[in-house]
Amino acid sequence: MTFDPSERDAEILETKDTDFVTAFEGDTPAGTRTPSALRHRVKNLIPAGISFLVVMALWEGAIRVFDVEAFILPAPSLIIERFIATSDVVWGAGWNTFLEAAGGLIGGTMLGVGVAFATIRWAPVREGLMPVAVAANSVPIIALAPIANGMFSITSPVPKMAVVGVVVFFPVMINTTRGLLEVDADELELMRSYAATPREVMRRVRVPHALPYFFSAMKVVAVLSIVFAIVAEYFGGSQDVLGQYILNKASLFVFPDAWAGILVASILGVVLYAAVLLAERLVMPWHVSFRAVDAS
Amino acid sequence: MSSLIVDARGVGKIFGSGEARVEALKGIDLSVDSGEFISLIGPSGCGKSTLLRLIADLATPTSGSLSVNAKTPHEARVDQDYGIVFQKATLLDWRTVTKNVELPLEIMDLDDTSTAGEMLDLVQLGEFADHYPWQLSGGMQQRVAIARALVFKPSLLLMDEPFGALDEMTRELMQQEVLRIWRETGTTIIFVTHSIPEAVFLSSRVVVMSRRPGRIAGVIETDLSYPRDEDTRESPAYYTKVTEVREALRRLEH
Repeated sequence: MTFDPSERDAEILETKDTDFVTAFEGDTPAGTRTPSALRHRVKNLIPAGISFLVVMALWEGAIRVFDVEAFILPAPSLIIERFIATSDVVWGAGWNTFLEAAGGLIGGTMLGVGVAFATIRWAPVREGLMPVAVAANSVPIIALAPIANGMFSITSPVPKMAVVGVVVFFPVMINTTRGLLEVDADELELMRSYAATPREVMRRVRVPHALPYFFSAMKVVAVLSIVFAIVAEYFGGSQDVLGQYILNKASLFVFPDAWAGILVASILGVVLYAAVLLAERLVMPWHVSFRAVDAS
Repeated sequence: MSSLIVDARGVGKIFGSGEARVEALKGIDLSVDSGEFISLIGPSGCGKSTLLRLIADLATPTSGSLSVNAKTPHEARVDQDYGIVFQKATLLDWRTVTKNVELPLEIMDLDDTSTAGEMLDLVQLGEFADHYPWQLSGGMQQRVAIARALVFKPSLLLMDEPFGALDEMTRELMQQEVLRIWRETGTTIIFVTHSIPEAVFLSSRVVVMSRRPGRIAGVIETDLSYPRDEDTRESPAYYTKVTEVREALRRLEH
């Protein structure tokens, strides 16, 4: 609990001083990415690491002090213990769930991006589709899960992928479309002055402009994909998946094992999120969020 | 040899119709010779930017005839006869300085990357080639925009209040730069501004425009010899011309 807020403020000020202010000051060479950027980033992770450990310690301590029964809330140490003991089974289930989430994520993303391009290319598609898409986005998609299950064989991962895909599709499609459309008018005039073809405008201006919009949708749906894969699994299907694992362990009152399943689900969510962050950084290293103080 | 770069005869531009009809330009007669430095000056809403946009074929006249390099503005645009600089530098954030300057070359399929370096030297930004736009000051960004407008060697440079967003000191520095570039490249420049000293300092002719509908109210020859420098700004002849332009603009208000 020894988090000193003034220390963090000092750090923010310091970063601004070296990276931000000089970048806009007069005709002087501006601050480029400093070699200490990585160290800064690691340093930024320290408060988060500390608070995580503090929460874990409080949790563990509370369980021991108040002698809480494991079926109400198991201690972290017990969860870790069961996580290690059952790692073969729980990771096996986790892998299957991961495949469903990733399959849906990739499929939904490809479809979302494809439709976004179509709406830019053909204005009637945009006018016809966008209102429907926005309306469809408010349908509680998870309600479709039992129906999707009925469409395929009972153990097939496809209905889960379909549910995840539909969840992923809308934010990706809507955000990408916005990014492709909301381009600075001056940039379009500049391209017009070069007599650039629509294809060139798409490639040189619209697509780079849409990338930040696309990635902000991806950060949301990457985590949602795991959530919705697991919820879809609750409605039945293959037993060797996290949703069924957690459900079964909970119904047998083996709560520490159920929690081990939740731990795996959390790890998978973080992994997918981190993959999106990494891709974002590789694809658009120029972006404003990577400049001085890390926004994420 | 001097030839007409821009020839406007009775050019008018009307936006909208009915209630919303706005006559932005009326009966514009203007000819610009090769190698000239022309400023368009006038109160806001006088259509000076609209006139520039007509020349650039970013808008179409509703009456009169307009030719650029003895072609229609559309043909001139497609032939890349002009480079344009806006008030905003309009650099693409995701490209380095060099990549921004190379943008028109990529689009026009001119595989001539050596000139991007030359252009950066011309605007004295050679050492910032690998920087990103956000790492540059406003004045430097505008220099990159100028380099980008000139990289494919157009015969005409159109500048739409390019220094409007810069502070006074940077602005005067940039004016010197533009004059130097003009001399070194021989490019014809049409420069839109609402600053009287800027118009007088830069141009060989100042075109004074009136408001609603935009018309040419007078053309003033500056008669100041080039090269011009900081001494020019303090010379009596310069003051006389500034006063002349100011009075021409003031007459419009009555």
